Amino acid sequence: MKSSDQKPNQGDSRRDFLKKSSVITAIALTPGVAVKAAESNADERFAELFEKIPLKLTVNNKAYQTTVEPRVTLLDYLREELHLTGTKKGCDHGQCGACTVHVDGQRVNSCLSLAVMNEGKKITTIEGLANGDTLHPMQAAFIKHDGFQCGYCTPGQIMSAVACVREGHTNSRAEISEYMSGNICRCGAYPNIVDAIIEVKQGGETL
Amino acid sequence: MINFQYLRTTTAKSAIALLVKDKNAKFLAGGTNLIDLMKRGVTAPEKLIDINHVPLKQIEQIGNKIHIGALASNSAVADHALIKEKLPLLSWALQAGASAQLRNVATVGGNMMQRTRCGYFYDTEMPCNKRQPGTGCGAMEGFNRMHAIFGTSEKCIAVHPSDMCVALIALDAEVILANAKGERKIPFKDFHRLAGDTPQLDNNLKVDEMIIRLEIPVSNLAKNYHYLKVRDRASYAFALVSVAAAFEISNNKITDVRLAMGGVAHKPWRLTASENFLKGKEATLTNFEQAAQLAMKDAKGFGGNDFKLKLAPNTIIEALNLAKSKA
Repeated sequence: MKSSDQKPNQGDSRRDFLKKSSVITAIALTPGVAVKAAESNADERFAELFEKIPLKLTVNNKAYQTTVEPRVTLLDYLREELHLTGTKKGCDHGQCGACTVHVDGQRVNSCLSLAVMNEGKKITTIEGLANGDTLHPMQAAFIKHDGFQCGYCTPGQIMSAVACVREGHTNSRAEISEYMSGNICRCGAYPNIVDAIIEVKQGGETL
Repeated sequence: MINFQYLRTTTAKSAIALLVKDKNAKFLAGGTNLIDLMKRGVTAPEKLIDINHVPLKQIEQIGNKIHIGALASNSAVADHALIKEKLPLLSWALQAGASAQLRNVATVGGNMMQRTRCGYFYDTEMPCNKRQPGTGCGAMEGFNRMHAIFGTSEKCIAVHPSDMCVALIALDAEVILANAKGERKIPFKDFHRLAGDTPQLDNNLKVDEMIIRLEIPVSNLAKNYHYLKVRDRASYAFALVSVAAAFEISNNKITDVRLAMGGVAHKPWRLTASENFLKGKEATLTNFEQAAQLAMKDAKGFGGNDFKLKLAPNTIIEALNLAKSKA
């Protein structure tokens, strides 16, 4: 890869520019010997430095076959590779729940899972909940009950809320709070989030 | 995160073979603690061996013991009908730990292998004998509100944060470990260790070994039991102090009793002297209070955690009271 290939042009989005500039940074940070090797035989050396491995998985019912560095988290893979930026990076350490997605139907923190650990799995993100223009019942309930202010934690809250209903941990406000404790809302919309979950549970729809 | 070589295997035998080849290799199960530590630069293994596809997720009763595979998830164990019926103390303790998302991924073996740790262990700018032996302990004279009061060493006063392990030590669990030559079985109480002069070691697992499963005897402790976790917020926080309490009453006398604490030592802390005191006695408040006092012998505060010297016995008494009122 020649450096001239990496110049951002006007057609690039901000995200594409950030991606390309981070590649430039990665090469700049490698030891001198490696950089020299990279200059003499760029593509070969590049592959060796990053050691990508094959990955097959399904995201929102779409199959992907790709290669990825082992250190890339599922969260970064979804956001940076697949451009599914609905899933949010909050703390990046499993403490806030903003990155919650479903893996084979179970809610997990995508920031603490490596993409390669999800070989063959079915992932659902916030983008996969709505049916065309029809919102998922939980999305509609969050809007109706004002279950958010700034909205940053909302995708994670909704993914966690859907799982919470499926798991059957919605028998009281206290139980909902306990089983939603892995999702932090700094704006403090908790009472409204619980209202939204209760409404969906009482609606009795299979989620 | 510093990059690493990633390997994946589907059998325990090949996982162990890969492990012994390279002393800088680590097993990767749920990853909820390991990946976090790698992101923070606290640890940087050169090789990760992904064992998630090794078939060790069984939860079953064989004879008078419940077998739980090392790779069963925390939520699978907590929600399993067999565990809820026969080992409800374990189910409760698991539900008290972490968050729903983490419990879905974290495994039983990983829960045992999570680092005994504190804020100084996480902060790579600070001294920590556990992270970097010989650099000193930041907590000893620093912020030590969360820290140990039992079995402390001059090198380290961090606590093992698991809830699951507190229930397992109380239930007399056994751990089945395997290396290339075969398996061995050790009591759960001998799995974790005190810091002593080697705080970098959290447990007695050998470098060539893998946790295969737990075996937990079915007992008559499923009636009077309680797991009481006291923490800074109502959910999703480590214990300041936690107590697993269970007993069996026959003819108004306590015939079997188990007491263990979390959040107070470098390992799950079994209260053997208190148990011995309670055996054969009536389940009265006075006896519970005396048992709690016995548990506090040799307890030592470090300033910030002095409150635990009072909180711990009170939590023991309350856990026993709640276990009694459950029947």
